Amino acid sequence: MTGTEVAELLWEGLQETAWMVGVATLLTAVGGLLTGVLLVLTDRGGLLAARPVNLLLGLVVNVGRSLPFIILLVAVIPFTRAVVGTTIGTTAAIVPLTIGAVPFYARIVETAIREVPRDVVAAAVAMGASRRQIVGKVLLREARPGLVAGLTITVIALVGYSAMAGVVGGGGLGDLAVRYGYQRFETEVMVATVAVLVVLVQLIQMLGDIVVRRLSHR
Amino acid sequence: MITISGLRKTYHARRRAVVAVDGVDLTVQRGEIFGVLGRSGAGKSTLLRCVNLLERPDAGSVVVDGVELTALSGRRLRDARRRIGMVHQHFALLSSRTVAGNVALPLELAGTPRASRARRVEELLDLVGLGDRAGAYPAQLSGGQKQRVGIARALAAEPTVLLSDEATSALDPETTRSILDLLLDLNRRLGLTVLLITHEMDVLKRICHSAAVMRDGRFTESGAVAELLRTPGSELAGGLFPLPAAPQPREGEALLDVTVSGAAADEPLLADLARRFDAGVRLLDGGVETLAATRAGRLRLAVPGTGAEAAAFLRERGALVTEVTR
Repeated sequence: MTGTEVAELLWEGLQETAWMVGVATLLTAVGGLLTGVLLVLTDRGGLLAARPVNLLLGLVVNVGRSLPFIILLVAVIPFTRAVVGTTIGTTAAIVPLTIGAVPFYARIVETAIREVPRDVVAAAVAMGASRRQIVGKVLLREARPGLVAGLTITVIALVGYSAMAGVVGGGGLGDLAVRYGYQRFETEVMVATVAVLVVLVQLIQMLGDIVVRRLSHR
Repeated sequence: MITISGLRKTYHARRRAVVAVDGVDLTVQRGEIFGVLGRSGAGKSTLLRCVNLLERPDAGSVVVDGVELTALSGRRLRDARRRIGMVHQHFALLSSRTVAGNVALPLELAGTPRASRARRVEELLDLVGLGDRAGAYPAQLSGGQKQRVGIARALAAEPTVLLSDEATSALDPETTRSILDLLLDLNRRLGLTVLLITHEMDVLKRICHSAAVMRDGRFTESGAVAELLRTPGSELAGGLFPLPAAPQPREGEALLDVTVSGAAADEPLLADLARRFDAGVRLLDGGVETLAATRAGRLRLAVPGTGAEAAAFLRERGALVTEVTR
């Protein structure tokens, strides 16, 4: 295989990975924030304390987190068909990626929000803040550095998960490394792919760190 | 301005009920600084948190500026809370907001337009002496500066009442004094009513007009500081003016503890006493302090004879006299 051919494969794989991970990240950010906030609010002593809801939500999150991704990928196939109309391809892979990442990010969101000191929340209540204002202006705002740092970890985990997307024809860099490098013994392709992945992960982490530094004033 | 009656609050922890506030009645007059003194665990923090309903009391009522808070909930309670400022022991500032952003928060929550918000924030920061630190983040400030921001924030929505939860407990003595002076200044200039809790006698001494001692969820004594000083056996008076153990009087002498406050403190009491009894009146110990509300002095004297005559003379002049028994 010529260098140009390898470059073309890599470029195509990179685009597929970027699409899968990018869209899944957006959906995960929304889903994870909502779930994480609900986990905090419904907990004992929370602003919307509801023990049964909290326990149920925690259970769902834990189940999502205990499934190995490769199994989740296959298990959600009927759901994927219902949502995107197909079960194979890059876009179809976004569904299991999101379902796998939301519980992961939700726990990180929960932890980050719990780091906000209790007296700061009490101060907001004393100022006459409504629940919505407390969540938006205090909890999420104060937790921002942790939320972004956690999202960085989640995006990198998604890059890892996306390597398994080949199982449902999702393509991407990871799939490239498996098909050419592992199954066809084309070592150069595998090495090149891994190199691109390493650079990609480095870039994501750097970007995340920069944003966290700008947001953090502790 | 603040009327609390029959307040009770019990916590349930692991099937054990802890009575934090056990039937407290309290009235704070408009424009007054009222201090509640107590050790940690006495229930004073719970009492304060019940005033703006951060904790909902089990029984009793809280009326602030004519509004019964204990009867409110939801939106009306939130509106009522805006009329009550609160200062916290550990400042409770938002680390993600600048000084100006923190002070603006109550106004933002109330929906004040941006332009008038900015004007008010500038005004408040000047008031607490932090006009030049508007763009700084709390992490860049000293403890005293943080508490000044906390006070500016508490005043942002023009409250009629300020609640102070151990506002100076995390500060060094010098900073404590400057924060207390600021509170006293605000009280005088804005007519602000202040209810504060503290475990430091010094705080009461410096700025409080009235005070109460809290122990095991109850007030053991309360009243105007000037009154308490005139109350024999008052724990607060003893704390405000501690005297050492009585030295032995000489033969033919009696020991008197004399407390003077208000107008009596300005009279030439000792000179009059010496003139009247001619023979040696000895001053063993004493001090004169300017409290927030009143000037007061406490002296331990050795007088000739039984002391009864001297005591009567001093009482006539408005002093509180206790004969020290040997």
